[in-house]
Amino acid sequence: MHIPDGFIGPGISAAAGLTAVGGFGLALRRAGHYLTDRLVPMAALVAAFVFAAQMINFPVLPGMSGHLLGGVLAAILVGPWAGYIVMSLVLIVQALLFADGGLSAIGLNIVNMGLMGAVGGYLIYRALFRLGGSRPSTVPRFAGVAALASLPLAAMGFVLEFAAGGTVESISIGSVFWAVLGTHILIGLGEGLITYLVIGAVMRSRSDLVYGSPTFGGLRSEELVS
Amino acid sequence: MSKGIALFGVGVLITLVIAIVVSQFASTQPDGLEYVAEREGFIETADDHALAESPLADYGGDSTPNLMVSGLVGVLATFGLGYLVFSLTKTGKTTARG
Repeated sequence: MHIPDGFIGPGISAAAGLTAVGGFGLALRRAGHYLTDRLVPMAALVAAFVFAAQMINFPVLPGMSGHLLGGVLAAILVGPWAGYIVMSLVLIVQALLFADGGLSAIGLNIVNMGLMGAVGGYLIYRALFRLGGSRPSTVPRFAGVAALASLPLAAMGFVLEFAAGGTVESISIGSVFWAVLGTHILIGLGEGLITYLVIGAVMRSRSDLVYGSPTFGGLRSEELVS
Repeated sequence: MSKGIALFGVGVLITLVIAIVVSQFASTQPDGLEYVAEREGFIETADDHALAESPLADYGGDSTPNLMVSGLVGVLATFGLGYLVFSLTKTGKTTARG
């Protein structure tokens, strides 16, 4: 889902860039409330894992593949704002070292995958988890469902940007909308499954390190008065 | 704590295996967005990446050693950058509940 240079015009790209930078500043402050010495290497490892997992495109349709986004996975493991930072760093490394995702589109991609995917996906997770009774045993399955939903959510970020700043005139936004929605729901099935399995494995071994679980050993930022 | 180190070690190992070994078997088909852009006819609006000529562009292309190096470099870069940024983020807290 990495947007290359050229798809979206400079105005919307710049606006997304400013949003991404502002979000990064906010994320640094929010994540600073709960990140401890112990969590720093884990958060860095989550960034490396998301990078690695994004290298693995799996077949989805004939002629189309998808890969893990990892936003909900990161957000549930290290919190939504640290998850936003994880996605931002992965996208910056991909664009600068591997020419994956346009340089002028870094802001767009951070808004879609960090803000919509990680933070937005985490809000879906938290709402579902609370509706489901907030039991630790249900963390992996709600993580999976939220991860599935986060793919079309992040993809809708692209559609909005495309509608506002797409560089092609003679194109039906409705048609793009349905195509993007459909394909990303399919990729979301893979996202949900992988997230369910990984969160399940971490919950079984160290549930106190899972931010999105009531068993988390640290402090959650939404519990803080500040 | 030792279980935390064990989890960390397993995580590092799995991450490296995914980036260096499993990446060799990844699909090379277009991803969801590229696929839609091709079908809807706006793929041509993409510009060449400014760094398209860099050695690790597109994860080193089709070459197996280049892809392995790309995986390793990317894991080290994201881990190192993550460690740096998250170290700056935390405000000197050493315990979970301070």
